[in-house]
Amino acid sequence: MRQAISMLQRYGENARIVAGSTDFLVRWRAGVWNPDHVINIQRVAGLGRITYSSRNGLRIGALVTVRTLEQHPIVRRRYPALAMAAASFAGVQVRNLATVGGNICNASPSGDTIPALLVFGAECRIAGPDGDRWVALDQFFTGPGQTVLRNGELLAEIRVPPPPPNTGSHYIKHSPRGAMDIATVGVASLVSLDGRRGPCSEALIALAAVAPTPVRAYSAEDILRGQGLNQELFQAAADLARDGVKPIDDIRGSAEHRKEIVGVLTRRTLEQALNSAATGPMTFEEQRRLTVQAAF
Amino acid sequence: MKKQLQITVNGELRQALVEPYYSLLDTLRDELHLTGTKKGCDEGDCGACTVLLNGKPVCSCLVLAHSAHDGEVTTIEGLANGLELHPVQQAFVEHGGLQCGYCTPGLILSTVGFLESGEEPTEENIKHALGGNLCRCTGYSKVVEAVVAAVDSADQGTE
Repeated sequence: MRQAISMLQRYGENARIVAGSTDFLVRWRAGVWNPDHVINIQRVAGLGRITYSSRNGLRIGALVTVRTLEQHPIVRRRYPALAMAAASFAGVQVRNLATVGGNICNASPSGDTIPALLVFGAECRIAGPDGDRWVALDQFFTGPGQTVLRNGELLAEIRVPPPPPNTGSHYIKHSPRGAMDIATVGVASLVSLDGRRGPCSEALIALAAVAPTPVRAYSAEDILRGQGLNQELFQAAADLARDGVKPIDDIRGSAEHRKEIVGVLTRRTLEQALNSAATGPMTFEEQRRLTVQAAF
Repeated sequence: MKKQLQITVNGELRQALVEPYYSLLDTLRDELHLTGTKKGCDEGDCGACTVLLNGKPVCSCLVLAHSAHDGEVTTIEGLANGLELHPVQQAFVEHGGLQCGYCTPGLILSTVGFLESGEEPTEENIKHALGGNLCRCTGYSKVVEAVVAAVDSADQGTE
């Protein structure tokens, strides 16, 4: 790790970190990325571990693969939206290579793991020449492909607090194909209840592919907290989420289409999250059927 | 600058001198002359280049060759035992799981990786396991039939 940091310091802007290389190699070959120095961190010790404790929650080393996240029994049980995000990510052959740290650091507006990590309140441990610093994931992105990482720094670990009892979460990815495609829109929601039937104690909603970075839908979240949840409230939250985004037109969908999908998926993910919060999580297979919603 | 690379391919220790930007796919095909692994999109979208790296299916076009240093790779050439096909290959032949054959090495390696993963071989899980392999000929039904048959024959073999 110390060696990686000192190389990053030495080569600065002319260096690029590579781990799973699923994004990197394609862009390097195409000449889109042309760094003078490539620093392969694949074998840096200690970054490939994933652990859970009920006190500290989940700690995901930056080199943990998306496939490991998908298959991890505790991620499936306690962080279902995250397991779903991983399951909807490309195909098995890419998930076996792609790392969680890489998905975050590429800072794509459509990065699949990011909305789910956002609703669970993930924090990033950034290692640098002066030691570690922590940054909340919702403060990590500064633009498409841009992050708060400074010269000499790299993302070492993601920490995700343990969700409170009676919490449900869900992720839905809307994309033209059921596999191997980028999200037209991705929405993750998390709902915590005060007791099984109680009012909503926490609600978080995160959206992908509708802004220059993945974003939270703060105004939609705000009207849910402290309330008894019902269809009308979910629709109101969905409308706020829809009206709060300014997506772009591109090959996967028009801005207008994306806004509508944000509304629909916000409502559906909230309904599913509430359902799980009240009655317990679905099986991985059941939830996966509801996650990738491919359609034009 | 080329650097020496060492990988175990189909059980045999192989060495190659390759550039740092070389993919595992180009190394297998152009340096080790194992052309059974196919190059389709070269962008990680089609799955034609799937091999097992340390037992797991990966798109070899996305792997930096030097990242695979000291690793173990299984390609389509490593499955048959002499003239006796691997059970998955045999099932693809018997159930018409291929037509033009270009995607077949990748589909078969994905299937072998799936069967070795310990995941329950339901039809739904099979489809998810093969979601990263594009086939423009078969419409996938015959492929799934072949994998189901391979699962059944493996079950009979262990009973």
